[in-house]
Amino acid sequence: MRLVILDNYDLASEWAAKYIRNRIVQFKPSADRYFTLGLPTGLPRDHPESYHSYMWNNFFKYIDIDPANAHILDGNAADLQKECELFEQKIADARGIELFVGGIGPDGHIAFNEPGSSLVSRTRVKTLAQDTILANARFFGNDLSKVPTMTLTVGVGTVMDAREVLILITGAHKAFALYKAIEEGVNHMWTVSAFQQHPRTIFVCDEDATLELRVKTVKYFQGLMHVHNKLVDPLHSIRAYKD
Amino acid sequence: MPSNKSVSEEPITQFVNCRILKDHQLQREDLWVREGKILNPEKLFFDEEGYADHQVDCESKILAPGFIDVQINGGYGVDFSQGCDVRGGVALVSKRLLEHGVTSFCPTLVTSPPHIYHKVLPEMEVHDGGAEGAGVLGVHLEGPFISREKRGAHPEHCLRSFQQGSLTDLLEVYGSLDNVSIVTLAPELPGSPTVIQELVKMGVTVSLGHSVADLSQAEQAVQQGATFITHLFNAMLPFHHRDPGIVGLLTSDQLPPNCTVFYGMIADGIHTNPAALRIAHRAHPSGTNTLCGSIATMDMCVRHFRKASGCSVEAALEAASLHPAQLLGISQHKGTLDYGSDADFVLLDDSLHVKATYIGGEEVWRK
Repeated sequence: MRLVILDNYDLASEWAAKYIRNRIVQFKPSADRYFTLGLPTGLPRDHPESYHSYMWNNFFKYIDIDPANAHILDGNAADLQKECELFEQKIADARGIELFVGGIGPDGHIAFNEPGSSLVSRTRVKTLAQDTILANARFFGNDLSKVPTMTLTVGVGTVMDAREVLILITGAHKAFALYKAIEEGVNHMWTVSAFQQHPRTIFVCDEDATLELRVKTVKYFQGLMHVHNKLVDPLHSIRAYKD
Repeated sequence: MPSNKSVSEEPITQFVNCRILKDHQLQREDLWVREGKILNPEKLFFDEEGYADHQVDCESKILAPGFIDVQINGGYGVDFSQGCDVRGGVALVSKRLLEHGVTSFCPTLVTSPPHIYHKVLPEMEVHDGGAEGAGVLGVHLEGPFISREKRGAHPEHCLRSFQQGSLTDLLEVYGSLDNVSIVTLAPELPGSPTVIQELVKMGVTVSLGHSVADLSQAEQAVQQGATFITHLFNAMLPFHHRDPGIVGLLTSDQLPPNCTVFYGMIADGIHTNPAALRIAHRAHPSGTNTLCGSIATMDMCVRHFRKASGCSVEAALEAASLHPAQLLGISQHKGTLDYGSDADFVLLDDSLHVKATYIGGEEVWRK
């Protein structure tokens, strides 16, 4: 794995954004060659903090993606099981996820794969753990009764199938989960640890998130920053690649 | 790309690179328009999987709801109360108003003899705006049921009082109340409470002005349903600390709950002293309506109001758009940039000069 440590939240975000940009440009996407970006998803479609609203306001409204190419799991679908199967099919139809970008929960989960989720799980319905409900309360005016308790999520196996995985971890409250994810063994209680067995994983974090790691680990990866920074050097834009 | 919009085949225009007035703030957002109305882009994206057909670059300008002028007696050589070539006069004024960012207005008639009303009113039809000019929301009848002492420039011999204290008085003078949005009257005239009630029941906005009413008479009028004050400070008793008169309505505690009294101010630097503007705005900011008056244009008044009162750009813009729409009860589709509203808006530079005017999403004037 690569462990990229930046000073703070803003710098970590910026580094990750540049990395994703570079990956897309290098891929040279076109009408026949889609760059499939995977993001964790699954909140039901309720107002006002539905995942649709969140994705629209924080991402889709700034880009010119064809709406037909934006696939979000629909928590209001009549047959949730079918919805999950269809989603897996859509990923296969898009030739698989090129890059999956996600975060980590305080209990070490990736997407909504709570502790105890199978490390080979696929897209499915999940009941959320209490910790996750508490963490999501901020999206619902801190009113616990309003926070959804069930969700659809991509599985650990689904994310493992992506050609590359980028995990963003910031804040001291995530430090223990990061420690469990990269310095202990692969364990279904800390589902992010599954990525130790993925050929191309990159963890981007701030200083606070490294608080539970061994000094030796942190120093080793900080020493590699000059290599890591080459990955975010500005490239020509996609337009320059068009012939 | 083939069309994949499920709701309508009409073209969608996306206005980019602008700051729009939304939720009382200027925000860096795009504005989407289809079929003359403001579209919700999130619903378009997820429900219809639709996208814009054209994009218009607003060059970082401010995009605000079109201005609504609820009191304008004429302009550009036209006097609405003269009675000659009414349609031509309204057409000329409505066309020229576009240059000043006004997308809807209420042509105003001063105190006139009945034959003028009978002739003019049927010719001033309510109609939507467009490339030909700003929309007519309805007529504002300023008089003749006003005070002799405060008639201002209105002709004395045409003043009237209420004989029966009912709509009959009005119909005798005006002929009909179709096409009428606002009536300004003096509430101290005997019989006015019932008249006010009946007008409000008909959906006509009642305004107080050209009056020597004291505060309790004014409060009573508001309790009957009056919601506007015509050119605050002008043509009414001055504020007095023991009886603030109509001006006292701005802070009265005798008004029905949830009732906002709006007031128009001629913010041209001549009819009102800037300090007076500030006092009124600070006392009651959510009721402020900018009026153009004399020869000042609406955009000039917005700029002057902002400078004189020191208020924010958003507040100055709302005084000319949102508040007049709220006064007339049309804020569901005018005076805002909310989804579903009519796409009447203006592009302004940072000093609030109008650069382009749009009605129903179509450009109707550009500098």
